[in-house]
Amino acid sequence: MGKEADVPQNDPPQDLAIEARGLVKRFDGTIAVDGVDISVPRGAIYGVLGPNGAGKTTTLRMLLGIIDPDAGYRRVLGTENPTEVARRIGYLPEERGLYPSMKAYEAIAFLAALRGVPLAEGRRRARRMLDEYGLGHAADRQIRQLSKGMAQQVQLIGTLIHEPDLVVLDEPFSGLDAINQGRLEQLIRGLAARGATVLFSTHVIAHAERMCDQVAIIAGGKVPFAGPVDVARDRLRPQVRLETRVRDGIWRAALPTDARCDVKASGSAFWYFTLPETGVEPLLRALIEGDAGILSLSIERAGLHDAFVAIAGEAAARALEEHREEAEILAKKGRR
Amino acid sequence: MFAERMRAVWVIARRDFVAVVFSKAFIFFLLGPLFPIIIGFFAGAIGASVQHDLDRAVIGVAMPARDGDKLIMARDAMADHMTGGVPDMVVIDRLRPGEHFDARAILKKRQLAAVVTGTLDAPVLTATQGRIDDWRGMVALFAARARSSEAIAYPDVRADVVITSAAHEHNGQVVTAQAGQLLLFLLTMLLAGMVLSNLVEEKANKIIEILAASIPMDALFMGKLFAMLAVSMVGVAVWGTGYGMMVLAGARSIPLLATPAVGWPLFLALGFLYFAMAYLLLGSMFLAIGGMANTVREVQTLSMPATMMQLIVFFLASFALARPGTWIETLSEVFPVSSPYAMLAHAAEHPAIMPHVIALAWQGLWVVIMVRGGAMLFRRTVMKSGPGRVRKRAANRAGNRAGQPA
Repeated sequence: MGKEADVPQNDPPQDLAIEARGLVKRFDGTIAVDGVDISVPRGAIYGVLGPNGAGKTTTLRMLLGIIDPDAGYRRVLGTENPTEVARRIGYLPEERGLYPSMKAYEAIAFLAALRGVPLAEGRRRARRMLDEYGLGHAADRQIRQLSKGMAQQVQLIGTLIHEPDLVVLDEPFSGLDAINQGRLEQLIRGLAARGATVLFSTHVIAHAERMCDQVAIIAGGKVPFAGPVDVARDRLRPQVRLETRVRDGIWRAALPTDARCDVKASGSAFWYFTLPETGVEPLLRALIEGDAGILSLSIERAGLHDAFVAIAGEAAARALEEHREEAEILAKKGRR
Repeated sequence: MFAERMRAVWVIARRDFVAVVFSKAFIFFLLGPLFPIIIGFFAGAIGASVQHDLDRAVIGVAMPARDGDKLIMARDAMADHMTGGVPDMVVIDRLRPGEHFDARAILKKRQLAAVVTGTLDAPVLTATQGRIDDWRGMVALFAARARSSEAIAYPDVRADVVITSAAHEHNGQVVTAQAGQLLLFLLTMLLAGMVLSNLVEEKANKIIEILAASIPMDALFMGKLFAMLAVSMVGVAVWGTGYGMMVLAGARSIPLLATPAVGWPLFLALGFLYFAMAYLLLGSMFLAIGGMANTVREVQTLSMPATMMQLIVFFLASFALARPGTWIETLSEVFPVSSPYAMLAHAAEHPAIMPHVIALAWQGLWVVIMVRGGAMLFRRTVMKSGPGRVRKRAANRAGNRAGQPA
């Protein structure tokens, strides 16, 4: 463990599956992860959201004990040495890999054996789970004979075969088509429903927004935000979308100074602005008294994307978007 | 925790053992030692044929008629009592009194190893310096015998054979020690090199990260080493059985080696243990070195210095064998990588058991140190960041975006 470890003096709360404080990792003098703090509650679906190169994989590897941090403190399933609880963890790395000459059910049984499941039991479970996933016909086929998608599913089964308490998935949606992404989302929700903690990294904001109870936004090796998704979204004021029959009037003085206006051909006007600190009531009163002619009014809570931009910055958001596009292209190529 | 670690070692070792032994490549591996035997057989046969031709040296005799015939008769009479190669002699010219013979000229024209001219009282041997050194005394003996008119009766020498002598026994044990070292070296060289490429499969198939997340890295190293040790045992068993069958069939004979000082059963047991130690020591080192390689090509590049290192270790142990009681012998016995070779030689020459117990414990300690060190080094260097391709693109993007971190 790192020399600068900020070890909590009191026992950590028992409802945390993962707790990390001030994790630092340098590679050849370059800081890859710079003081990451993460607290993952037991039973939660937790997302690590960030662009490529932000430090997601390095953070996950440190949490799993694959690499040791240069500084900082980590506690996973109640222990500071993650390899002690390796049997209770399932891990799907970003770079998927299996022995090509192994048969599918043998590969799963091998992954189970690594996590302490006896070989015979692992084989039995492997066949059962392959059947459940609709891959029973491929059980006796070598990994090299499977399609990329099937091999990914075999690896996912191998990740879950030992019924882990903590499932860590590094970019689990990359390379999957929309249908399989939907299946995976269902599976993750199912894992959480049976009490497992799921920690996954992603560069797709929509996945994190749809599925996660909590997220850690990571950019440039730092975590500027970690906590519930709602809290992240609440960092931004809601956006107001107002449509008025007329464009001008005394009521305009009540609009915030940052209000943008789009005038339509019909003469009506759309106004976009951040909900004022004073709330919507004074504004509504001014609009009605000024006879603005309200045609529509909606107040939209900020999305995670907007929150991400606000928290991590424009550059990180752009990198995230480029990575998503790149991954989609690669996934299409892979499916072909 | 220890039981958990051993279980992980077993899982890895079982997977690797099955993957190697049930592969087609393993058949070729088993056939490997056949190739040098076949090549050796043909090379030996050709070499023997060439040597046979070369060994048929003929000395030409150009002397006055009676002298020449007498010399050849003396040669024929004495040849049966002389061991070693006695060259044939043929009369190439019967000289008249006063006639000169140019021996140098005839050596250039005819396939003769040497020419004897002159008379029985003053024979002249014309040949290269080497031949003269070899045959000068022999020609003098034949000439002396030819000059004698009396029949010489050669007395029968009674043989009193002893089983051994101190000098003979020691020399024999040195030969046994050398043979043991050589066999140990050949087996280790054949097998330890295999582990160089052992982690490339995991890295190429990207399964290394799952292994690293599931089990301690030294358990992975240990599992791989023991799997390959078991594979080598299969190889040794197959080759040993094959050799035994050839012996039974009469195709080959068992080399006659002097009984080692500790006796054959213990020597063979120690041979097995020292082979395991030599293999584990070199294997753990090679595994760590090979772990740095990402591709088969890199492994091939690494294999040359690795083989050179094995040779140096072997030469150190062999060199020490010829210098008993010196610091070189002590060094070769203490230096962990050469220790198995040196101690096997020690077993052939000295009967004491305790040094082997200490040596095996010492070597075992170094196996653990090397495995742990190699695993630590591997763990530090192998997992630096995410996938290379995407990382490179990200770096490019970062480069394009001036001043912004990737």
